Amino acid sequence: MIGRIRVIAFNTFREAVRDRVLYNLVVFAILMVGGSLLMGRISIRIERLVLVNLGLTAIALFGIVIAIFLGIGLVSKEIERRTLYTVLAARPVQRWEFIVGKQLGLIATLIVNAGFMSVGFFAALLYLQHRFESADRFLLVALYFIVLQFIVITSLALMFSTFSSPLLSTIFTFSLFVIGTFATDLRGFGELAGGSTRILTTGLAYVLPNFAIFNVVSEVAHSIAVPGRLILFNSLYALLYATAVTSVAVLVFDRRNLK
Amino acid sequence: MNSRTKASVGVGLLLFSSLGLSVLVLRKSDEAREPTILKESLYIPSAKAVKALSLGYTGLMADLYWTRVVQYFGGKHHQRADEYKLLAPLLDITTTLDPHLMIAYEFGSIFLAQKPPEGAGDPEAAVALVKKGIRENPEAWRLWYHLGYIYFDELHDSKTASEVFLQGSQVPGALPWMKVLAAALAQHAGEAETARYLWTQIYNSSNDPNIRANAVKRLLALRVDQEVTQLQELANRYRRETATVPGSFLELVQAGYLHGLPVDPLGNPYLLLDGRVQVSNPDSLPFITKGLPPGQKPSMVVRPKSGSS
Repeated sequence: MIGRIRVIAFNTFREAVRDRVLYNLVVFAILMVGGSLLMGRISIRIERLVLVNLGLTAIALFGIVIAIFLGIGLVSKEIERRTLYTVLAARPVQRWEFIVGKQLGLIATLIVNAGFMSVGFFAALLYLQHRFESADRFLLVALYFIVLQFIVITSLALMFSTFSSPLLSTIFTFSLFVIGTFATDLRGFGELAGGSTRILTTGLAYVLPNFAIFNVVSEVAHSIAVPGRLILFNSLYALLYATAVTSVAVLVFDRRNLK
Repeated sequence: MNSRTKASVGVGLLLFSSLGLSVLVLRKSDEAREPTILKESLYIPSAKAVKALSLGYTGLMADLYWTRVVQYFGGKHHQRADEYKLLAPLLDITTTLDPHLMIAYEFGSIFLAQKPPEGAGDPEAAVALVKKGIRENPEAWRLWYHLGYIYFDELHDSKTASEVFLQGSQVPGALPWMKVLAAALAQHAGEAETARYLWTQIYNSSNDPNIRANAVKRLLALRVDQEVTQLQELANRYRRETATVPGSFLELVQAGYLHGLPVDPLGNPYLLLDGRVQVSNPDSLPFITKGLPPGQKPSMVVRPKSGSS
């Protein structure tokens, strides 16, 4: 079972790496990081702030675009090319193994991409500061949270990919990402409202993905420490939420008639 | 139950348990984040920058910012916060994005001016906001009214308030009572009486439930202040005439000074402790200045006259 999942994950990773669009996005993200150096130069005394804010935002946003565009094609492309039937019919692969393998492959791709972009980011930081400072370790936490965001986004894109067209999957996933970044505001609105509106909005705020908790870019830019408890709870949240969404994907995919 | 159904039940259980646990973890994550990270800050403090970033959709952006103002104020008010640091900048951004959003000037000026925890306690910022509104909306006579109210009630500058009411009364469409207010202030009418008139006008002329509820609270406070003053005079008279400090209102009733035990407008009994009149539940009457327990400061303190123009 583990071996089959690993093979699917590896193939997914290899296929994603071959995708040239991906390279364009990574290069563009690194250019953005480099560009933030220039932006920092035209301001006064906020060079590091601009570099961190713009650099981490670029890594997060381009990573999310990559996650969505790769994630939405994971299942639908296989159906379109009719390669899915070969995998599921000719080999002893369970449908859930296929989904989990695809997801792990995509997560691995995104981690490697984030790694490349982070190297560019830290190189720009080193160029600016001439050395690394102790507060720079918090930037690693922000990058880790960005990767956690990728895991949740990937699971959403994959889930939509199991029952919807690539275009609709993109719209759904991106919409959930936008809503998720305002999840805290949605909860705040729920707390202020009364009656059924309160129940509905509070319920939605907890059921919809919360991407706001992963965003500590502004804080680490000001060298504010990120508590260890937050790292633990955010890790658990990403894992649990991705598991829940992947379970939906497995349930839908299991019932889908692929003939 | 076949193996496929069993597997589906298993996945379903995994789905609900992981989703349920994610809600619990999310709450824990919020707790971990709030004390250290969720500090009050505006990511884009410049109203002009926000306007540029809105790509021309300033109306929609203003609506979003206004929603944020409401949520921010509501949240802070609910916590009975002492500081509303972001209220003024948020209102500035909102009204820069949409200079004709009248509710932002009206709501904003009232809640910027009121003392914490009822508001930000920044009447100067409220004056600046309403003046901005008047510059952008010269036909809006109601903004002159709000400006006059801030000068009168929060800055205790009756002279400027009178001038503002008079200027506002000259805007086409202004209601006649603006002139009455100007005149009343110019003649140095009793402050409580004028305040009562102002709040009654606010209550009658506004459709906003928040503003109306606030006006009711103010009117109740004025009535309590008046009643406490009258009851204190009675207690002092009893003390003079009987040479004893009254321990409760029952003594005053038995001596024929009162017909019955006095209650405040919310139905709570007034207290008489060591000859001093007090309300029994000061938290329910946020703007009272009299009858407070010893040491408790009123929400709306009388400030020295500012030199504002």
